[in-house]
Amino acid sequence: MTPIDHQTSAQTPALSAGALSISFDRLRTLVRTGAVFILLAAMIVGFSIAQPAFINLANQMSILQAVSVVAILGTGVTVTLAVGGFDLSIGAVAASSVMAASYAMIVWGLNAPLTVPLVLAFGAIVGLFNAFLIVKLRVPDLLATLAVMFLLSGLQLIPTAGRSISSGLILPDGSTATGSYDPAFLLIGRSALFGVVPVPVVVMLLVALALYILTEHTRIGRLLFATGGNEVATRLAGASVPRLKTLAYVLSGTLASLGGVIVAARVGRGDVSSGGSLLMDAVAASLIGFAVLGLRRPNVFGTIVGAVFVGILLNGLTMLNAPYYTQDFVKGAVLVGALALTYGLGRNTR
Amino acid sequence: MPLLKIDRLSRSFGPTRALAETSLELESGEIVALMGANGAGKSTLVNILSGALEADSGQIIFGGSPYKARSPAEAGRAGIVTVHQSTDRVGAPGLTVADAVLLNRYADRSAPFFVSRRTVRRQAREILTEAGFDLPLDLDFADLSAADRQLVAIARAVARKASVLILDEPTASISGPESERLYRILKRLRGEGMAILYISHRTADLQALADRVVVMRGGQVVGNFHRPVDFEKAIEAMIGRPLRSARPDIRKAAGGPIFEMRNAALLPGAAPFGFEVHAGEVVAISGVLGAGKSRLLSAIFGDKRLAGGTMYLDGRPYAPGSVREAIDAGVYMAAEDRHRSSLMPADWPGNSLAATISMPHLSTWFPSGFLLGRREQTEAERAIHRLGIRASGPNAAMASLSGGNQQKVILGRWNAEPSRLLLLDEPFQGVDVGARHDIIAAIRANSERATLIATSDPEEALEVADRILFIDHHTLKPATFSPVSAPTYEAAAG
Repeated sequence: MTPIDHQTSAQTPALSAGALSISFDRLRTLVRTGAVFILLAAMIVGFSIAQPAFINLANQMSILQAVSVVAILGTGVTVTLAVGGFDLSIGAVAASSVMAASYAMIVWGLNAPLTVPLVLAFGAIVGLFNAFLIVKLRVPDLLATLAVMFLLSGLQLIPTAGRSISSGLILPDGSTATGSYDPAFLLIGRSALFGVVPVPVVVMLLVALALYILTEHTRIGRLLFATGGNEVATRLAGASVPRLKTLAYVLSGTLASLGGVIVAARVGRGDVSSGGSLLMDAVAASLIGFAVLGLRRPNVFGTIVGAVFVGILLNGLTMLNAPYYTQDFVKGAVLVGALALTYGLGRNTR
Repeated sequence: MPLLKIDRLSRSFGPTRALAETSLELESGEIVALMGANGAGKSTLVNILSGALEADSGQIIFGGSPYKARSPAEAGRAGIVTVHQSTDRVGAPGLTVADAVLLNRYADRSAPFFVSRRTVRRQAREILTEAGFDLPLDLDFADLSAADRQLVAIARAVARKASVLILDEPTASISGPESERLYRILKRLRGEGMAILYISHRTADLQALADRVVVMRGGQVVGNFHRPVDFEKAIEAMIGRPLRSARPDIRKAAGGPIFEMRNAALLPGAAPFGFEVHAGEVVAISGVLGAGKSRLLSAIFGDKRLAGGTMYLDGRPYAPGSVREAIDAGVYMAAEDRHRSSLMPADWPGNSLAATISMPHLSTWFPSGFLLGRREQTEAERAIHRLGIRASGPNAAMASLSGGNQQKVILGRWNAEPSRLLLLDEPFQGVDVGARHDIIAAIRANSERATLIATSDPEEALEVADRILFIDHHTLKPATFSPVSAPTYEAAAG
């Protein structure tokens, strides 16, 4: 947090007493809208000085690759937050998707062009089920998606009797699976566009662009936010709130399974424990996104920045030999800082 | 020496004087009805008595000594208990009725720390017996009817040995027989020496109960009527003008009806009714809170279902299954309480003036789905110009607008596309006099469509409408007008 202090102390003495309060307000607005970018720049400069290898293109790309899955899941969280909901099941959807993709290829022997749509459809169906619980049965969103998270964490263990899935898997009935990962599928996680930009980063950017346009520049996006802002007003303006909510949860589920596809393609096997921290990281990215540009609301651009922010911080700290077990603490601290910035400074300016 | 003497009490909210040197006296063993249109100062007076607000000046003498409550709990301890209109705050779902009866004892620490079900039931029964009611003690509070919730609140007042009971529109949301029961209870409490201040618009209530009617207007007491009360005079005092004043620009209904309702029942078992509205006509539906105005409008707008009957729009059967279908058929509604029903929260997408106007028209104005082009901006500029909205521009945040200008934006939203029938539910809520004038002019400027306005304020109804229909207990009273005559206000609506 030193950059803020530095800037404040540098500017305050220059102000005359009369203009102090006005300029202070303006400064506060500036800090609120630009703080994340100021910190981001300061971090990049700081890490580059401390460890010149940090600024390498290859390292930058590896940071983006590392955050791509979290960013994709985060955009899904953003959409559900926009409709005033919350999807706790995304981490479990991503993890089950890893298992589903592995099972489809290794046990059923499917190829990549069949596996990917199948897994995405799985995510969409989970989203539909969430929407059914929330919209039709009126189960509160947190409880419904928490239950589905539980359900999926258990479901993914059943087909293989709790084993991880890799080539030569012995099935519960004693037979041995004959399939293997389609090399084309592995390209999703392991190749790079023009040999520079990893495919997951390309996917992340495409998802980000599509969802940014959807949420900020389309009729549907306006109505998605309207649902979260004032459900009654949205209904009385003639929009179908159940359909909008369903759309949000289906999007969230599909994006989570897309994240699962990328994880599977990178890892090349179906680990039962994959995706453990994805939920928390994606939610954190989305909430840090509230602070980006000082919007104080879910937004896709902020979510991507939030994910990248955390990625850069962790990468830099790792390069400076910070132990891995401090990572969650660092993420938590960033989240607390971002929320304090969003709400604390925001309230004063009203 | 009166029990309660209110002496030149004043209270302002910003530039608005809600109470201007109001004086009022209340004796024990009398029921005083307090009448007044919206904004007359009734609620402010009640809030000061019940400790929710403080007066700017003036004093209250209660039982011979100065009285000043800083909280409802303090007022209750002194002996002034208020039963509010919305009774769902008397208890909470998940509590039994017995718990709800004892709730304030739990809160003021007069109940022991450990409570057993048996003692709770016993004490609750004692309180209810003392008040003379019989309520199912083990029922969940959520399953209790509005009328019974009121009794819980009244029983608590009796148990606290209240000497002044204030009731805010107590019969607004309860049925006829339940009102009768309430009347009996209140008369008995009066006989036991309780002073009751009773706020109601419902003439039936006032006729059955009031020993005296006090009328407020503009923050002052403008009339004091003793039994037998001349209600026509009282209502004239309330609205500040003779009842049968004709509008200068009254319009005759021309041509066939645009909208018609036949044998309609709003609730199962409610008496059926029918009415029609013609092109260019502005019809007000007036009635107390909870009489069914909003339900009627919501049913026409497709947001609720009719329990029975048929509707016709331009002569064709009309039965909207959803709000969308109603809008597509050319039936628009600006619902009651714009913050809840029409506006987005501050700092949320769609909170700008332009987005507020465009919300129902997005699919018409942006058929591609992408928000491209300046349609939204130009429509907003048009509304700003036509309705004289004071705002910094199309992108102004709704929160930065005054109540009157916000309401103009809502009207602008539904004026942006042509409609057959416009439904306005309490369109003058929180709107200052000047803006109200503009809004009325804008409503009346359109002669193509029919307009139906729900308002609980008879003064507003007289001001805006060509004719007025009355609704009570979810049924329109038989209309006693001819379309050619001046608007009439039927005092005996009950």
